[in-house]
Amino acid sequence: MNWLLLLEQVLNGFQLGILLFLLAAGLTLVFGIMDLVNLAHGSLYMMGAYFCATFTGWTDSFLLGALLAIPATFILGILVEVIALRNLYARDHLDQVLATFGLILFFNEFVRLVWGPIGLDIPLPAFLNSTVEVIPGVPYPTYRVAIILIGFFVAGLLYAIVSKTRMGMLIRAGASNREMIGALGINIKLLFTLVFGLGAALAALAGLMAGPILSVEIGMGDGILILTLVVIVIGGIGSIKGAFIAAIIVGLIDTVGRSFLPEILKLMVAEDSAATAAPAISSMLIYILMALVLAVRPQGLFPPKGVGR
Amino acid sequence: MSMSPRVLINSALILLLALVPFIAEMIDDSFYVGLTTRILILAIAALSLNLLIGYGGMVSFGHAAYIGVGAYMVGIGAFHAFEDGVDWMLNGYVQLFGAIFGSAVIALVIGAISLRTRGVYFIMITMAFSQMLYFTAVGVETYGADDGLSIYSRSDMLGLIDMSNENSLYYLVFFSLLILLYLMHRLVGSQFGNVIRGSKSNEARMRSIGFSPYKYRLVAFVIAGTIAGYAGFLMANLNDFVSPDMMHWTRSGDLIIMIVLGGIGNLFGPLYGAVAFLMLEELLSSIPLTIGGLRVGEYWQLLFGPLLIIIVLYARNGIDSFLPGKDKRS
Repeated sequence: MNWLLLLEQVLNGFQLGILLFLLAAGLTLVFGIMDLVNLAHGSLYMMGAYFCATFTGWTDSFLLGALLAIPATFILGILVEVIALRNLYARDHLDQVLATFGLILFFNEFVRLVWGPIGLDIPLPAFLNSTVEVIPGVPYPTYRVAIILIGFFVAGLLYAIVSKTRMGMLIRAGASNREMIGALGINIKLLFTLVFGLGAALAALAGLMAGPILSVEIGMGDGILILTLVVIVIGGIGSIKGAFIAAIIVGLIDTVGRSFLPEILKLMVAEDSAATAAPAISSMLIYILMALVLAVRPQGLFPPKGVGR
Repeated sequence: MSMSPRVLINSALILLLALVPFIAEMIDDSFYVGLTTRILILAIAALSLNLLIGYGGMVSFGHAAYIGVGAYMVGIGAFHAFEDGVDWMLNGYVQLFGAIFGSAVIALVIGAISLRTRGVYFIMITMAFSQMLYFTAVGVETYGADDGLSIYSRSDMLGLIDMSNENSLYYLVFFSLLILLYLMHRLVGSQFGNVIRGSKSNEARMRSIGFSPYKYRLVAFVIAGTIAGYAGFLMANLNDFVSPDMMHWTRSGDLIIMIVLGGIGNLFGPLYGAVAFLMLEELLSSIPLTIGGLRVGEYWQLLFGPLLIIIVLYARNGIDSFLPGKDKRS
């Protein structure tokens, strides 16, 4: 086995895991607190990437583009919440799934109308377009290292906000008993709107960071949305800690599985049937993992405490 | 038995559907036969999903997977008959058996695991399982991977039904739908149906009077998956083509939209919903309006998405709520 390749794939796995966490955090906050299933979360990820591509084009700077795309998506998230989703909190999950499915259709078509059917490129700035040696003799793209570092930083920040600040206290209180914090005179409508905006901003961060390595295209949020749903279901819906751990696990299994499964299968079955089966099985790995986890623990690995369901 | 206005409207719809091939011949446009066949096949699939969502409260978000399984049985059969000369694989009854048995077994496995969970977990695990099947189809190079598989010869029903004749295929689909509507009517009115509906509204009560909701739900899940597999068998014959796209999770979303459009938990709801869904698609995409050089109809989902939200928010009982009288079973 090629250990250097393995190390590289593990790092790639971490990087995918970090992106998934940024998405899962927003999705699980919105679900944990407002009990809203938002399938359109992937659309906010896509919008973040398109905003970043556009602003980068205008300002000629990826950094400025990114710094503008995050507040832009934050505002877009707030608009979506106020216009479409605010009235859905009290509805059952089926209604929420349908309405947010409608949002997906809208946003995919909107992007096709505004930016055209062909995807965009986000060029990497020179200072990130290089490699660093993670351990001596192993070069790894600087940009991917930056994604991992930013991801860990944001995860830490989110943890600090949720566990140490007043807003975090309200978020946690809202997650366990919505009526109570409303009765205590907290403006729960505003809190929900802000949390939704925060989730949108996190999705935008994931989208714009993915932009330069994946392609910025219509429907880019749909595939990763499903991965994110897998993450929060494995982690336990509503748990930030669970989302983080599950995101890293899913990122690692998906990435490492894709590059090493063909080798592993060749040890067990004939070479050409391994070559046929490997791509299908490696795409299925995380769904198999999810089925296994749910078969053993229907509430996910780390169900949040104090959330009655 | 006096005819209520609702029964009259439903009967009129059925009568109209029975005459579609004649009407198409009169206006000399066979396009409508194909379109209506498509609508009715989707209505069959939606009808089966309605058993789960409407009567059982099980929001399965992976129902398109069984359509795909049924369709691939036709595609794979035709492929081997054409490529390797395995003639028996073109036999429509073999393909039909494969579609029904295959989708039943897969629904049994998926249902057995998924039904251990509730609510939003159930939505997501059913979606994840259908994605597994989707990726399987994408990964199998032999059967065309993501390009799909063209079907050079439709199912051979040994002279009983000519599947390549658009009108006889239409009537096969039409009578299938009628029979399934009747069976569904009997099913939800039976004790089995009562347990399914009872478990939706109060599971603890069903348990305390001695029923095991899990087993009933699982049987309902398998029945629904099998009917969807049959719809897939029909769909492959209509399209002469199968592809992984048929099983994508967004196709399952379309089926749910049809049920909600038509009115959830209502016998005729899925039929009205499928008609409304495809009509909306046809109408919106052919809007002749042009703004700034852009044809509005080309971007019909820009209108359809928000329309869906408005329907969910303000007309959640769907078309059913506009019909006079009440469906006894809803």
